[in-house]
Amino acid sequence: MSEENKRQDDLPEETAPEKNAAPEAGRHAEKHHVPLIHIAKRETLPWQKAWGIRAAAILLSLVFMAVVSIVLTKENPFRLYGYIFQASFKSGSRFFRLLYETAILLAIALALLPAFRMRFWNIGAEGQVLAGAFASVLCMLFIGDKIPSFLLILVMLAAGVAAGALWALIPAVFKAKWGTNETLFTLMMNYVIICIIDASIQALFPKGTGTMGIVNGSSHAGWLPKIGNNYLLSILIIAVVTALMYAYMRYSKHGYEIQVVGESRNTARYIGINVGKVILRTMALSGAICGLTGFLLTSGYNHSVSTNTVGGRGFTAIMVCWLAKFNPVFMILTSLLICFLQRGASEIASRCQINASYGDVLTGMVLFFIIGCEFFIQYEIHFRKKERETAHD
Amino acid sequence: MFKKVLSLCLAALMIAGCLAAFASCGSKKHAVKVGFIYLHDENSTYDNNFLTAAKEACEKAGVEYVNKVNIPEGNECYEAAVELIEDGCNIIFADSFGHEDYMIQAAKEYPKVEFCHATGTKAHTENLANYHNAFASIYEGRYLAGIAAGLKLKAMIDAGTITTEQAVMGYVGAYTYAEVISGYTSFYLGAKSIVPQVTMKVTFTGSWYDEAKEREAANKLINDEHCVLISQHADSMGAPSACETARVPNVSYNGSTESAGPNTYIISSRINWAPYFEYIIGQVQKGEAIDTDWTGTIATGSVELTTPSKNAVEGTQAKIDEAKAKLQAGTLHVFDTDTFTVKGAKLTTYKADVDTDKDFTPDTEAIKDGYFHESEYRSAPYFDVQIDGITLLDVNFG
Repeated sequence: MSEENKRQDDLPEETAPEKNAAPEAGRHAEKHHVPLIHIAKRETLPWQKAWGIRAAAILLSLVFMAVVSIVLTKENPFRLYGYIFQASFKSGSRFFRLLYETAILLAIALALLPAFRMRFWNIGAEGQVLAGAFASVLCMLFIGDKIPSFLLILVMLAAGVAAGALWALIPAVFKAKWGTNETLFTLMMNYVIICIIDASIQALFPKGTGTMGIVNGSSHAGWLPKIGNNYLLSILIIAVVTALMYAYMRYSKHGYEIQVVGESRNTARYIGINVGKVILRTMALSGAICGLTGFLLTSGYNHSVSTNTVGGRGFTAIMVCWLAKFNPVFMILTSLLICFLQRGASEIASRCQINASYGDVLTGMVLFFIIGCEFFIQYEIHFRKKERETAHD
Repeated sequence: MFKKVLSLCLAALMIAGCLAAFASCGSKKHAVKVGFIYLHDENSTYDNNFLTAAKEACEKAGVEYVNKVNIPEGNECYEAAVELIEDGCNIIFADSFGHEDYMIQAAKEYPKVEFCHATGTKAHTENLANYHNAFASIYEGRYLAGIAAGLKLKAMIDAGTITTEQAVMGYVGAYTYAEVISGYTSFYLGAKSIVPQVTMKVTFTGSWYDEAKEREAANKLINDEHCVLISQHADSMGAPSACETARVPNVSYNGSTESAGPNTYIISSRINWAPYFEYIIGQVQKGEAIDTDWTGTIATGSVELTTPSKNAVEGTQAKIDEAKAKLQAGTLHVFDTDTFTVKGAKLTTYKADVDTDKDFTPDTEAIKDGYFHESEYRSAPYFDVQIDGITLLDVNFG
């Protein structure tokens, strides 16, 4: 047995210490006691098999969902599946809403992508999108009647992008200069912007109920023009951003630098990359795309802002990134899946008159299986067999 | 031959069947399916109050309905309305103030669907045939609940537990919004009709539904401000449960919260929405127009009080019934200008902001015949006068 193989054999014992009956025996694989369950890292799995495992996981999750639904709610599970599908595919407009929600979630996930590749854990997308949306809405409120609408839209876009970038740059500066913890800092920035928006709405509308209402409802100043329907233009813009981001990460020098900084800061320094500069530049980009999303949510969708405008998508996007293993193409699929499930969940809640949280529980089950199945793609499990040799293949 | 006869017979039968169907169609009521949009779900006392009324009214009328809960006050409301229409609903109802603009947006796009909105203010100026506002004269209910609070305070004073100076009530409000101001003022005036020296302190949470903030606010009123009785206009169990822990009496809203405060809950006022829902379903079935601005009253069964609990003072029900009769007869007015002062003086004129505009311009004289005419010029409350005896702890008026 080569040194290489031995190392591989040791690895699973670290991941499953409770199975490690005889620790010293590890070095002498031939003699040691073979555990009942033995987990080993896989060689790369052929893609058909990997997708087979994923498909099996989804099927299993559906079965599990059915069992839990029957036990808890006495609902016919096939009716529930039906509702989940109807939520997105019953009509053309519903399908477009699914695409729109997917696009928005994808845009935020794309914003997070370069930061995450750099191992800069930006948990502040929610706040960065809100900052962009808030800046756009302020333009609508204060200069809405002073300049022509197309110019206003451009100003809103610029303000939104700048505000998003600024909100991301603040923690980035602290990280680059003083090495502060970016996770806590970006998280905190979410709450700061939420409080600013809350306070501003109450200051602007002191006799209201903390809502802004539709801004420029009659003049439509600053409203993104309709192409076909309300959603298509936003979807197209995000499609372009997706393609650009794919190219940026894959083919540009910046993308390469981000990769290196993420792998090892010392290596980056050694080959002459200015790490601080890369952090600042990447976070500005991350925040700018968040800001763009905030602009789209304001100008093309809500025509208003509230602390609920982003609705937690800044956090869901983190899951989209991880589920897709930071691959922009897979991210399209994962955000589609999550939006599809969320729409299904709320449809179930309203059709069956069950608390909305139950739909979320179902969504959680599907995600649990999908995330869980990655384990079986990464590792293989051996059960103890009579012949010792086979256990190590 | 036989075949021919048979086919003729069948054809005749079919025609008869069709005619019968047509005839029954003609005499039948218009089909109704109602779609409801709620800001939160049944965990909020406010939304739960709508949910129970929707179920009651629709089951009674035998019509189909769909609920959509947890719909934020954004474009999601518009989309929820569109989806409900796609599902065949021809009446759409939304329950939160912030839904209004998005309901109007949908109403303009779907002129054949009726849109009804609770607490909204814009229907009477929007001039849309299919967009309607509704509310109830809940200030009368609050006033009656205030009487129950006053009686409790009086009993505490009589028993020597507190002095008259210590008769301070606390109120947890959501926003400095007319609906809330109208509510706490009428509650205060109800209590004042029993204990003239009573004062009240109000704190705002800045949210309709935030259990932690509401609990914290109630605790602040009890511990730091020495309030001996608490009421609230915010939708979680926060304040009632804080009162139960501190053993301070609580006058509730949106329905009984006795489960959260078995030892402190006194009484609750609420708007019963079932009469309104029955009304709109009936109008659509008959093919008749719905009021642009509908105000429910004690008489329509829209303003309700729960039975006083064991924690209430004996004789509370009798006192409430007495005042209720006077309110209905028109001999008693909640906002009678003889019963309160503003900055030490009697209020003789007040321009209220009835027609919604961006700058909250006061536009309508509301004081006539010695009282403030609440819920008359539009259904949603517009009483936003700050009267003496009520201290706002934490909010600046714009």
